[in-house]
Order: sequence, then structure tokens, then C-alpha cells
Amino acid sequence: MTRDAGYDDFLDAVEAGEPYYLESAGGEAHLPPMPYDPATGEATLTEQPLPEPGEILTHTTTHIAAPQFEDDAPYVTAVADFGPVNLTGQVRDIDPEAVEIGQAVTLGVERSETLDERVLVFYPVP
Amino acid sequence: MTEVRIAGVGMTPFGRHPERTGRDLFSEAAARAVADAAVERSAVEEVFFGNFMGEFAETQGHQGPLAADVAGVTAPATRLDSACASSGVAVRYGVERIRAGADVVLVGGAERMNNISTADATEALAAAADALWEIRAGMTFPGAYSLMANRYFHEFGGDREDLAHIAVKNHEHAVENDLAQYQRSLDIEDVLTATTISSPFGLYDCSPISDGASAAVLVSDSFAEAHDLDAPVTVTGSGQGSDSFALQDRASMVRTPAAERAGRRAFEDAGVGPDDVDVAEVHDCFTIAEVLALEALDFYEPGEAIGAARRGETYLDGELPVNLSGGLKAKGHPVGATGCAQISELTKLLRGDHVNSDAIPDATVGVTHNAGGTVASCVVHVLEVDE
Repeated sequence: MTRDAGYDDFLDAVEAGEPYYLESAGGEAHLPPMPYDPATGEATLTEQPLPEPGEILTHTTTHIAAPQFEDDAPYVTAVADFGPVNLTGQVRDIDPEAVEIGQAVTLGVERSETLDERVLVFYPVP
Repeated sequence: MTEVRIAGVGMTPFGRHPERTGRDLFSEAAARAVADAAVERSAVEEVFFGNFMGEFAETQGHQGPLAADVAGVTAPATRLDSACASSGVAVRYGVERIRAGADVVLVGGAERMNNISTADATEALAAAADALWEIRAGMTFPGAYSLMANRYFHEFGGDREDLAHIAVKNHEHAVENDLAQYQRSLDIEDVLTATTISSPFGLYDCSPISDGASAAVLVSDSFAEAHDLDAPVTVTGSGQGSDSFALQDRASMVRTPAAERAGRRAFEDAGVGPDDVDVAEVHDCFTIAEVLALEALDFYEPGEAIGAARRGETYLDGELPVNLSGGLKAKGHPVGATGCAQISELTKLLRGDHVNSDAIPDATVGVTHNAGGTVASCVVHVLEVDE
């Protein structure tokens, strides 16, 4: 698959154990790709280390998937709060019925079953 | 500022019409609207047309002039895409154009969805979400609204049965509506035991995949008077709002600020408030979406609308009838046609020639709420009867 600039750079960083977010001069947090500070239009965004673990804000188990994930279903998608930013990923290594709002999670990258493409994932903190 | 009158409306029946092209569907809806308006096609000065997934489903882009062609109109024509709010935006552009001096504008939308598989339609609809941060994580649209529903339950309470009452209500409203995709009632058990799509949603929490088109002819007050048109319904308020594109970037997943902003602007434009509204058509693409819409429009405080259908308040004979057409849930949801279809159904409800008009004999103020994506876009219109 052709890389998506910014997003795949972020996945690279997660795989390297160095996830980051972008911070504006005014302290606003953003996710890549974001070349300019939306508030000022200036290219002053700097990479900052993303704190872990995050906390699940909400989740769902998808049974009917789009074609690119049809062999992965059912799978759990969640939005998790990592402090400065929230992220969307699939929750792995847990029974879908056991996933809870408020659960602590760390970041990872795995491959989808259907297309063998990289997916941002969350691992529950034991 | 001139008043904007709805001279005519038209829809195809919504449903499974996989063999009908988008252009064929819109041709029928436009013909119905033009006939209803009793306006010559040559009077149309501009066309605004909503469509979302034409490239995916029909390999057909550049649909503005195509829509004008099949409507029998020679006028500047533009296609607008705002996902499921596409034809709501088309209506809004039409309203603005009349207010800017035009006399006659044709608005509407169409979508063909059943000529592709359910999986492919799911993929096409998912294009309304963030292709990087959401789609690459496997998010679908039922999945996105499920994330909102589960967070809502966590913050405010409520459960699947509350949502099931919304599905049951909207199906009940559609039973006599010949334009609706599902003219059959459901019971709570049907909804709760249906195949799971994305937890907590079963099949009947989700609007169907639909083919269909809608259209409306908007005219200036002076044109209506000069041509002695019978056009008692006016668009008195129009508002639009946007929000962060991806759900993860929102300050809250249980509020829809785009709809709050659109609603405030539309009410301010019309000079009325939520308490003045007699009837509403809101964007119930999933059962939780009706809850979020009613709270965004200030009909209910946050956390209160989840029980509205269960308490009977939003039923045909309730304090605020909601989705008397059957809503997206039962009338159907050909996405590019939905916003203008709400205008079409509400106009008929207020004029008195809708099958459910008898439920609201004294209604004079109605509202439509049309959302795109996970309400990253929203358009609200206020319609009033002015005889």
C-alpha cells in the first residue's frame, strides 16, 4: 500500500516506541499531518512525546465491516484519551465483551487479517 | 429580504430500485416538483443538486449539469457534497440564491446505492469519515454512531431498549406513507433481537441502504404573487454548522456542536425558538442520532431525549411529533436525497396533503435537521405556513 504521509510516519513512530503529537506555540495539540498551526497559520508545530497509557473513552464491536476489514470482523474499535490528543484504534488481546470505558491502554501497530495492512491498535494494561 | 416560498416538492418512492440510475430517479423527482409548483421549467434560473457517492456507485461525477439535463432545465447547475447532508446544503444554497435576487431555483438530490453490495455501500459511506484516523482503524458508519451511543449511555444512562422505542416509533409513522421504504411496524422485541451490526446497534437501529431522489422548487415571494402560485409554506430560517472532521477530535462525543450552531442560526434567522416548533424531521440515520438531534436543537436538555420516544412525547400524537414521514429509519436514506426529502415531507405535512397531516392540523412551524458524517456538517431549516 502506498504510504499516507503523516499518518504512516506516526505509525512508524509507534512501532519505534516513540509516539508523538504536534504542539503549537499556543499549546494546542494536533495529530499529523498538520503542517501549520491552524490558529496562526505559522509552521511552528513541534513534535512532543505522547504520554501513555491512554484511557478508553468509548468502544464498539463491529460485526459488519467494510471489504478491507471483512475477514477481521468481529473486531473492537475504540477512541482512547492519551492526554493532549484522542486516538482511534482497534483493541487487541482482550475478549470483546470485557472491554470497558475507562480501561487503560497502550499503543501498538499490527497487521489486518484481510489486507495485511498496518492498523493502529490498543493493548489493555494488565 | 424576500421571503422564500416552496412552490412545489417531489420525491420518488424510497426503497430498493437497483436498476434505476441516479439520473432516472432525479428526473422523476424533479418532474413531480415542477408539476406540483405549476412553474414553467424555463423559469428555473439555477439548479443545486446533492449527491454523495455517485463516483463510487455509478462511476458518475460532475452531476450538476446532468441533474439539470434530466430535469429539463437549462440553467447553471452545481452538485454539492456534504455527505448525508448534501441536499440539505443544496436547499440552503437555493434559499440563499432566492434571497440574493433570483426568482426560481430547483434544488434536490439523488442517490443510487443498491446496485452495489452491502459491503461496498458500507465502504462508500465510510468515505464520509476520516480516511486516515478512522477508516484505517476499521471504523464504519454504524461503528461511529455506536461509539457515540455507548459514550452517551456512559454519561447519561439509557439503554438499547430506549433506542428501540425510536425505531418502533418511526416505523409506525411510515406505515401509511407510500413513499417510505418500510411500510411496516416493528415491536421492541424485533429491534432487540435483530442481527448485530455494531454494538449496541442491531439491524433496526440503522437506516436502510436506499435508492431515491427528492426535489423542490423555491420561488421568491414576488414571483409567487405575480404568478398566483399556491405556495403557503415559506423557508423562514436557514442555518449551517461544521465541526472537527474526526470524532476523536471532538471535545465531546455526546454533543453535536455543528447541529447546535446550525439550529441557533436557523432559529435566529426565522425569529422563532424551539418552543414555537410544532413538528420536526430530524436526521435519524441511527437511532441515537435522533436523540442527539433533539438535544442539539434545544428541544431537550442533554441526557433527556433518550427517553422521549419511550415516553410517547415524539410520537404522532405526542407533544412534539418527530419524523412523521418515518424518518431516515423507515422512509429510507438515499444519502444525497435525504435533506431535500425532509423538506418535501415537511412541506406536505404543513400544507395538509401528507398522509400524516391529520395528526398536526394546527401546525404552522416545522424544522428539518440534516447531518453529514458524524455531524461534522449540519443544516437546519425552519419552515412556516404563511397563507
